[in-house]
Amino acid sequence: MADDWTAKLETYLDGELSAGEMRDLDAHLRSCPSCAADVLSGIQIKRAVHSAGKRYTPSPELRQRIRKSIAAKPRVSPIRMWLGAAAAVALLLIAGFVTVTVRQQQLQRRHTFSELADLHVATLASANPVDVVSTDRHTVKPWFQGKIPFTFNLPELQNSEFTLIGGRVTYLGQAPGAELIYQVRKHQISVFIFQDRDVGHDLGSGSSPLQQLSFNIESWNQDGLRYFVIGDASSNDIRNLADLLKKAR
Amino acid sequence: MPLFDQLYNFAHWLAQDRTEAEDLVQETYVKALKGFSSFQPGTNFRAWMYRILRNTFLTSRTGLKASATILLDSEDGPELPAGPETPETVLIEYSQSQILQTAIESLPLHSREVLLLCEVEEMSYQEIAETLSIPMGTVMSRLSRARRALREGLQQKLART
Repeated sequence: MADDWTAKLETYLDGELSAGEMRDLDAHLRSCPSCAADVLSGIQIKRAVHSAGKRYTPSPELRQRIRKSIAAKPRVSPIRMWLGAAAAVALLLIAGFVTVTVRQQQLQRRHTFSELADLHVATLASANPVDVVSTDRHTVKPWFQGKIPFTFNLPELQNSEFTLIGGRVTYLGQAPGAELIYQVRKHQISVFIFQDRDVGHDLGSGSSPLQQLSFNIESWNQDGLRYFVIGDASSNDIRNLADLLKKAR
Repeated sequence: MPLFDQLYNFAHWLAQDRTEAEDLVQETYVKALKGFSSFQPGTNFRAWMYRILRNTFLTSRTGLKASATILLDSEDGPELPAGPETPETVLIEYSQSQILQTAIESLPLHSREVLLLCEVEEMSYQEIAETLSIPMGTVMSRLSRARRALREGLQQKLART
């Protein structure tokens, strides 16, 4: 029996099994000391390689040198010039800078999503990513009472792949809002909720999936609130979580 | 600049030389900017950048030398037998980062790059497949081989200490 699972242990550790297989293997690990020991050993190796692999740091001079070399590139035709500008905008957006105006509405939209990506990354990088730690929506939702000027509904997650990790108060363009962290397999996803009148300008009213800085994002407004779901999970996972939130009552 | 630190780290692991890694990263950004029109919106930007860097490396002198040895590596060769492992003791030693880094350095290029993309960059199999332009099945077999080789390399190194 254990042999059937041994071949899947690495895929399990990499978080690449299907949800059903993950559940089955989880159950198997509780009853198989040999596989459990292999998994533990695998986790330790993964952690060790992760930390040992972050070995080399670029010098500040290199960053400057590359910036200069990019800036110094000659531009031949107007089309090339536009493409260069577009590329620079995309690259700079990812780094959190917006330097070139393409169109005001588009820029505002990109700027908002870029800010959200920064908030998401900053949260995950934090030693204390959430201020209220709970998988229970009935604990997390009331925690925001008196901290933000609106309330919202969170979905029931039973029978779904998602787990609620907790939440924190956040700000976007000086507007207070809620940030909730969900987990699906190894991926952590941020759900941001703000008042639509504060942050919804130029974002449109419908639901819109898109990519920003390689993150998948879904955004929509509902009952005067603006929702953003952002993470490095697949676009399907992001959409599924967004659908659960839309149906939350 | 997006992914600057990560690209540099990966470049240094590939080239195993600071100057060469710096040139690689610089060339990657220049190529990315020049060829931005070839980037398809909606596809994975990170995988695209890493692919540029890796292709740049493979056409460099060091890369050509490293890829020449890759050819001796069979993708479909028999699985290496598992060594007599003593996970607990070995794993305690794994925390000795320097030994681990030397063991990673000693891996052949194919194994080193796939291991780093998975464990350090935390890419999904799909992303790795896009970056290395190989099927997902090959990603999985290379990863498995790399981990096994790493374990064996570590055991040998620890046996010597």
